[in-house]
Amino acid sequence: MKFASKFEGPWSTPKDPLDVKTGEWRSQRPVTKAEKCRQCGWCSIFCPAGCIKEEERCFSADLDYCKGCGVCARVCPGKAIAIVREEA
Amino acid sequence: MSNIDLRGQIRVLDGNRAGAYGVLLCRPDVVATYPITPQTPLVETLYKFEAEGLFDPEMVEPEGENSAMAILIGACAAGGRTFTATSSQGLSFMNDAYLLAAGNRFPIVMAIGMREQVSPHGVFAGQQDAVLVKDHGWIQIFTESCQEILDTIIMAYRLAEDSDILLPVNVCYEGFYLSHHSQRVEIPRQAEVDDFLAPLKGMERLKWTLEDPMVFSSYTVPAELFTEYRYKMCAAHGRAKGKFDEIDREFAKRFGRSHGGQIEEYRTEDADIVIVTMGCSTGTARVVVDRKRDEGLKVGLIKVRMFRPSPRERLVQALNGKKAVGVIDRSVCYAWNCGHNFVELKTLLGDFEQPAPRLLDFVCGLGGGDITDHQIARVIDTTAAAAAGQRQAEVTWLALE
Repeated sequence: MKFASKFEGPWSTPKDPLDVKTGEWRSQRPVTKAEKCRQCGWCSIFCPAGCIKEEERCFSADLDYCKGCGVCARVCPGKAIAIVREEA
Repeated sequence: MSNIDLRGQIRVLDGNRAGAYGVLLCRPDVVATYPITPQTPLVETLYKFEAEGLFDPEMVEPEGENSAMAILIGACAAGGRTFTATSSQGLSFMNDAYLLAAGNRFPIVMAIGMREQVSPHGVFAGQQDAVLVKDHGWIQIFTESCQEILDTIIMAYRLAEDSDILLPVNVCYEGFYLSHHSQRVEIPRQAEVDDFLAPLKGMERLKWTLEDPMVFSSYTVPAELFTEYRYKMCAAHGRAKGKFDEIDREFAKRFGRSHGGQIEEYRTEDADIVIVTMGCSTGTARVVVDRKRDEGLKVGLIKVRMFRPSPRERLVQALNGKKAVGVIDRSVCYAWNCGHNFVELKTLLGDFEQPAPRLLDFVCGLGGGDITDHQIARVIDTTAAAAAGQRQAEVTWLALE
């Protein structure tokens, strides 16, 4: 019997969450233009997956978990986020 | 010393109060309960213990059973020892949290003061509430007497929190017949129970702390990992059976009382026929078996204590070679038109040495009805007739004859 988890139940640690990388479901992704981003954080507030974090120059999505829904691009007041098709 | 502190004494107690002393003796960290008939006096007794200064857990009064279980899930994740109790629709109302508790392997102990389940509405005794959730992942132990309720709560913590098991446990007792009827009960001394539960202190259990947070209930996991958790939980159920027998033996050594582990066999060894009971009708059945033995009939009795996981190996061992088995069921499985324990025994037919015993079911005691001496005599006579080769109905609804 091969086990992937060292735990007895559906438990994990924040560093190694043993979950599904929901980013694999994505067919399009957000790309932030750093020069247009005002770092207001609006995208991060609205992101349904809670996967947008502030980086040095702009906010951007963690592509392991971003499902490409496009809400961030829709709410961005500075139109700094473009939605780009994933290449097959 | 408070006059309700009966630890170390022998007293007359009803099942709810006996259960409450079991809880008191196990020193839970968090108790979250919502009252429902017939479990309410157990909860009231716990509050009385708290008011008298005997009992010092975090006592939470939630707005319903679902929240009660959810609170215990959180408390268990933080490493606490937890307790709740419910009945009937209260159990239904906590259903999704009940599933979460088992799936997350949280060793919660919950008493069920068993009561009929809607519909029709019935506040009276039945086993329908507990047996309906038999495949929700909890260990379920059914009790015969007020003493056994108390003792089983103590054993339940040893089983649930064992690091080889980590499963929640139901201690089930029939409403009114046990919850509100009084019997002689020996209440152990605190030090005895502390010693009995002491091995749990040395057992590793993961817990969520602010310094070292864990993720519990990872809610989206890949299919392989999902399957792995299911497999591990099945394996834990498998281990729980032998473990429960061991715990019962150790309990007997320390407290002088054994309840048989997974099942209790009574005069089965040389028996030609056996009747199978679960819960409080066992006491009456034992008396009728004795009488029938005096009349020369080789009849024995098996009390199913551990309903989940199924004590199938021990049942097969005890019933191999018997001519006929009569099952007394205080519940109904609509799909099979019989009681739940009958379905369980039917699934064992392929495991018996041939010829397998003839199986008969007797549905009785529904809606709070008595399971009487006469009815049990009828069960034994019908089972004996089947053993002698007479045709008998497979399922008999005793109250409707």
